[in-house]
Amino acid sequence: MSKLFLSLICALALGVCAHAAEVTVAVAANFAAPMQQIARAFAQDTGHQAVVSLGATGSFYAQIRNGAPFHVFLSADDETPQRLEREGLAVSGSRFTYALGQLVLWSPQPGRVDDRGEVLRTGAFPRLAIANPRLAPYGQAAMQVLDRMGVTAQWQPRLVVGENIAQAYQFVATGNASLGFVALSQVLVDGRMDVHISGRLREGSAWIVPPSLHEPIRQDAVLLSRGQGNPAATALLAYLRGDKARAVIRAHGYSLGAGVGS
Amino acid sequence: MSAAAWSAIQLTLQLSTLTTLCLLLLATPLAWWLSQTRSRWRAPVSALVTLPLVLPPTVLGFYLLVILGPEGPLGRLTEALGWGLLSFSFPGLLLGSVIYSLPFAVQPIARAFESMGRRPLEVAATLRARPLDAFFSVTLPLARPGLVTAAILSFAHTVGEFGVVLMIGGNIPGRTQVVSTQIYGHVEAMEYAQAHTLAAGMLAFSFLMLLPLYLIKRRSDGVMP
Amino acid sequence: MSDRLQPDPGLHLQLSLQRADFGLSVDLRLPGRGITVLFGPSGSGKTTLLRCVAGLEPAARGQVRVLGEAWQDDAAGVCLPAWRRDLGYVFQEPSLFEHLDVRRNLDFGIRRAGKPGAAQALAEAVALLGIGHLMDRRIGQLSGGESQRVAIARALATRPRLLLLDEPLSAIDPARRGEVLPWLERLRDELHIPMLYVTHAVGELARLADHLVVLEAGQVRTEGPADALLVDQSLAVLAGIEAGTLVSAEVAERDADGQRLRVQFEGGSLWLPDEGQALGARIWLRVLPLGRAATDPAPRAGAASAPAHSPR
Repeated sequence: MSKLFLSLICALALGVCAHAAEVTVAVAANFAAPMQQIARAFAQDTGHQAVVSLGATGSFYAQIRNGAPFHVFLSADDETPQRLEREGLAVSGSRFTYALGQLVLWSPQPGRVDDRGEVLRTGAFPRLAIANPRLAPYGQAAMQVLDRMGVTAQWQPRLVVGENIAQAYQFVATGNASLGFVALSQVLVDGRMDVHISGRLREGSAWIVPPSLHEPIRQDAVLLSRGQGNPAATALLAYLRGDKARAVIRAHGYSLGAGVGS
Repeated sequence: MSAAAWSAIQLTLQLSTLTTLCLLLLATPLAWWLSQTRSRWRAPVSALVTLPLVLPPTVLGFYLLVILGPEGPLGRLTEALGWGLLSFSFPGLLLGSVIYSLPFAVQPIARAFESMGRRPLEVAATLRARPLDAFFSVTLPLARPGLVTAAILSFAHTVGEFGVVLMIGGNIPGRTQVVSTQIYGHVEAMEYAQAHTLAAGMLAFSFLMLLPLYLIKRRSDGVMP
Repeated sequence: MSDRLQPDPGLHLQLSLQRADFGLSVDLRLPGRGITVLFGPSGSGKTTLLRCVAGLEPAARGQVRVLGEAWQDDAAGVCLPAWRRDLGYVFQEPSLFEHLDVRRNLDFGIRRAGKPGAAQALAEAVALLGIGHLMDRRIGQLSGGESQRVAIARALATRPRLLLLDEPLSAIDPARRGEVLPWLERLRDELHIPMLYVTHAVGELARLADHLVVLEAGQVRTEGPADALLVDQSLAVLAGIEAGTLVSAEVAERDADGQRLRVQFEGGSLWLPDEGQALGARIWLRVLPLGRAATDPAPRAGAASAPAHSPR
């Protein structure tokens, strides 16, 4: 750990002066917006170039196993980076949670969703959208919330399952589902939230689900084997835990609990 | 448009053009064999050629990824030959695209050869043309409409390719990020303006490239009585 | 004629071909000059035989010797592919290359045959078949008769040693067959290339044949000089045609309007359509009985059929 801390210091110190290197980052698609911003700031502040590839976490796993040239991986869950670590494809000890997903029950219709989620007990809408619980941590969390509230049975037959959180969002946004569990980052005004106020939604009505109702939606980052020794890779991971990056991450509707990113 | 967008467009056009050329070179002799042979291999080979149509593109991409990767047979071969890995590189995309669009190239050409029948070649033989000579001076000109259709379909299909390219290429900007995957990235990042611009631009480009092909085809069709 | 002084190696065709529903088996020695007509009903194997001679039937077994050249000799292990056989072939349907105009169709074989005097041969063929005015036309613009004449010229342009014609008139509108038949007669008269001519039409047979081979179910029923077969009742029956009578006549007079001429034969004269025969030329008339008139007890000879070819 201290070795990592030391290399962090060196990277930060030398980052600007060192010969600018390039780091190829595989980023889960739902983190696209904040990552673009962070990459730009990263380049400005350290001189290193982050080449960002967007895709699905599952696909990235397959690609990394089959020789993909990525140095750093920002996953949409914590399971996949763990698996990569176990399989020796990621540098052990480099994994950390870069963001916590914030679940939100949302509908584009104003007034449909109350700010305490009572609509789940009383609402009689034909369809509720969630992400696939087998594939997406947001989906798992959504199911956990329904279980906690004891309303799983009444909603089970009316669930519309999206392949990922983006598709779940599309079901609700297009009105095919009356409401659904999506990520807060998807429904903020211009994808941003003022850090000090609890944020204005782009449109509609929402219930920001208290984190206590589900397992934390951890989105972990990890240094891949190919990135070992790449100064830009190490620098990026450090940068993600820096204050600038954290501010961007929070502004996009992700939370950073205690112990995250430290 | 941004530099990244131009880079993706350039890559897409390069990929589509090269794929089309490779397919014409590959599919023509294959289609010829399929249309002429009476061997019992004809049916299995035909089925094999049609297979890429059946698999979902992401699945096809996945299996190609495994085959081309360090653990796969082709990957091991390319590494042994000192070529490194084909996955996550432009040559890998080219290979994937060729396989993905193979049925679209082979079918129209094979149909064109079949509809020609044996007579033109018999005539050519009675006029002292050797088989290869007859192929180039009689068969290919008469099959031109089929060849043009194959080119059109291959090009268009490759431009619209997404799943295969995403899987084999990894969507790496400047290297394997084509327009379709770049638009996907913009949509995911909710940068809709860029997505719209790119999509519109690509449609316009493709239209301009397909139009001359269709005009050639119309002229060719006019030759046949 | 000088060629009479040299022995004629002729055509030796000894061929067998087995198909699921049909078997061809022939052993023929044919003259190496003039037109040999292969005659018979459809399905008798005439076209198959022609294609075997041309090398278009890979399953054919036996021997094909043309004017001393061995095109196929199974015993000696020789089998020239079609493109190495020095022949011209005219198919039943006009089979011109649709992607080339007339001129380029004609050039196609010339460039590949690579024989000296090619340009000359082409010019002669064009003149012989009267297609000079069609040179720049596209194939789709030609009539059936014109197409076949172009096809014949194209086959001749390579200066082949043997010309094969597979029912060249049958795909042409009957009204237009008259366009092509006289040209074929000119071919026979002016060229010295032997021709194998397949037909099932008696009229063509009568006008063109020097030698005749009658086929049935893949076998040769009879063969011999056409003149003899045409007048010999017993032979003619084998050919399935009516023998009729050949009467020798002389062209005596030409009508002022150029439509008819009068031929004089022993016992009378007849007015016939003028087909350009010279005054004083001797021709054969083939006279066929048409049948009994209702009131006349004796059969009467009907009008002569189209003038038979001139005797040599």
